[in-house]
Amino acid sequence: MVEDDAWINAERTADALVVAVGGDWRVDAVANLLRAATATWTAEKAGDGVSTAVVRARDISSLDSGGAWLLVHLSRQLEERGFTTRIDGLGDSHRLLLDRVRKSADRIEITEVPPNRNALVSALATVGEAAVNACKRAHELLSFFGLTVILLGRVIVRPWRLELTATLKYIERTGLDALPIVGLLAFLIGVVVAFMGATQLKQFGAEIFTVNLVGVAVLRELGVLITSILIAGRSGSAFTAQIGTMKVNQEVDAMQTIGLDPVEILVLPRIIALMITLPLLTFYANMMGLAGGAFMSVVTLDISLTQFLDQLSGAIDFTTFAIGMVKAPVFAYVIALVGCFEGLKVTGSAESVGQRTTMSVVEGIFLVIVFDSIFAIAFSYLGI
Amino acid sequence: MDPGNVIEVRGLVNQFGTNRIHDGLDLDVHKGEVLGVVGGSGTGKSVLLRTIIGLNRARDGEIMVLGQDSRNLKGREARRLLRRWGVLFQDGALFSSLTVEQNIAVSMREHTRLPGHAINRLARLKIDMVGLPLHACSKYPSELSGGMRKRAGLARALALDPEIVFLDEPTAGLDPIGAADFDILIRDLQRSLGLTVFMVTHDLDSLVAITDRIAVLVDRKIKVGTVDELRMDDHPWIQDYFNGPRGRAAMASHGRD
Repeated sequence: MVEDDAWINAERTADALVVAVGGDWRVDAVANLLRAATATWTAEKAGDGVSTAVVRARDISSLDSGGAWLLVHLSRQLEERGFTTRIDGLGDSHRLLLDRVRKSADRIEITEVPPNRNALVSALATVGEAAVNACKRAHELLSFFGLTVILLGRVIVRPWRLELTATLKYIERTGLDALPIVGLLAFLIGVVVAFMGATQLKQFGAEIFTVNLVGVAVLRELGVLITSILIAGRSGSAFTAQIGTMKVNQEVDAMQTIGLDPVEILVLPRIIALMITLPLLTFYANMMGLAGGAFMSVVTLDISLTQFLDQLSGAIDFTTFAIGMVKAPVFAYVIALVGCFEGLKVTGSAESVGQRTTMSVVEGIFLVIVFDSIFAIAFSYLGI
Repeated sequence: MDPGNVIEVRGLVNQFGTNRIHDGLDLDVHKGEVLGVVGGSGTGKSVLLRTIIGLNRARDGEIMVLGQDSRNLKGREARRLLRRWGVLFQDGALFSSLTVEQNIAVSMREHTRLPGHAINRLARLKIDMVGLPLHACSKYPSELSGGMRKRAGLARALALDPEIVFLDEPTAGLDPIGAADFDILIRDLQRSLGLTVFMVTHDLDSLVAITDRIAVLVDRKIKVGTVDELRMDDHPWIQDYFNGPRGRAAMASHGRD
């Protein structure tokens, strides 16, 4: 274990270069020995009548495969310098190890491992690959969407095929269990919007319009958006992890062998459950957001609750509410679709589950916002 | 501690809840031997292994490994002891985010000051010594077959030339030919590297083929002996195990009937 116990000396005699080695030639000592060896014979070259090198190894007291590799490595270096090299005086068991290691060492030297690509080329290749992969994924996701639509249609025709227990379980997990966090967040968003509106509008003496701001912002956009983003992070990721783990355990393969369709069993209940819960959660979030706004208005703006409600009923109509609500099932479909899709794309290892879960959240949120802007553009064309 | 022993377990007690798994278990592992550990399911073979390597804390008893009590070691001493043994877990337990070569290099980077090219060469050397093709170097564990993962796991266990190697069911899940090859590999490496091997196994063929002694976990204790000694033992489980149809087949195929 003591690193200084191993040594190496080279000495030129009349007819040979004698390299005396000894001590504990173990893997710990290899770093020092390598340095010592290089220092010892950088200047040595075969010639002047000396063409043999003898590695005198009789003082080696212990040898492991690291040390044996070094012996092989050094004798090869000597040979490259033109010496005929032999290793002398090694004990029988050490000789056995040395032969074993030499065999492997020879093999690893002749086997070519492909070299790394040039940095620029590989950077370009990475960009290209990413672009192609993105297109492929979009295509796959679209096919998967088609598949789920067909299966959903089938379930509508034959509703008894739906896994009711599973669906109810997911409704509980994605809906009921999310109530506290969604409610709290929506309430806080209402508070923030009201506060921001109040400070800005006060400058024009138009504090009362804070109510309009809160009403429209929460009902049209923020309620559904906050809920969807939260659910993408909470349930979309859970879908990916659940299905992904089942993929790793080969449960999905097992399903296929007994004639069950994994998409029907795993994906449909999740999509249906989320399409039921997300609108409900959105409604709940809308109410909590308005409550947050009302709370802030009452506390900081000297607007009474009756005044708030009065102003609110003038500011919004059913369309405002409907615009927010109509997006919820669409976002739910997108989130569940992406979550399940990524889950089914998991391959092999536990690491892949982690990667896919991250992807599912990122893609879920990305697509929710993309769809939200599509809705915004569509509504503005429709003039609502 | 007897100088011929690398592991000494005295009065080991392991208990989970009310379930006592080991009760006053004694075991000696001699230097340079291959010890097979067998026992029925739930008799605590893996628990014993985990206790010796310090992954599981015993309720009572004394464990000396290489002359040191691993439980009382701290910091440097503990690290130094750690690198004197290698462990092959059941499915290799390779780090899934690293390539095979990086997996083997991990402990060399952590414990030695070797230059990069030497680590690279030594890692490949180990890969070749366990009989993996060199193109496996740059593969990730998920791209390997079960047998290859085990070999890679063995290469990682051997990375720092340990004195003791712990193997947890090394041949489980391998086909008979692959298992026999793995047995030969273990025996071969054990001889050429002078290892002591502590091997938990169910595989009667490997037991007969490569172990010097066998430790049988029965009645929360351990009985140690050679195959021939144990066959004479009149404990019912040991009788069933060695003289049952599979036991006899294994003996016969190794010419020991």
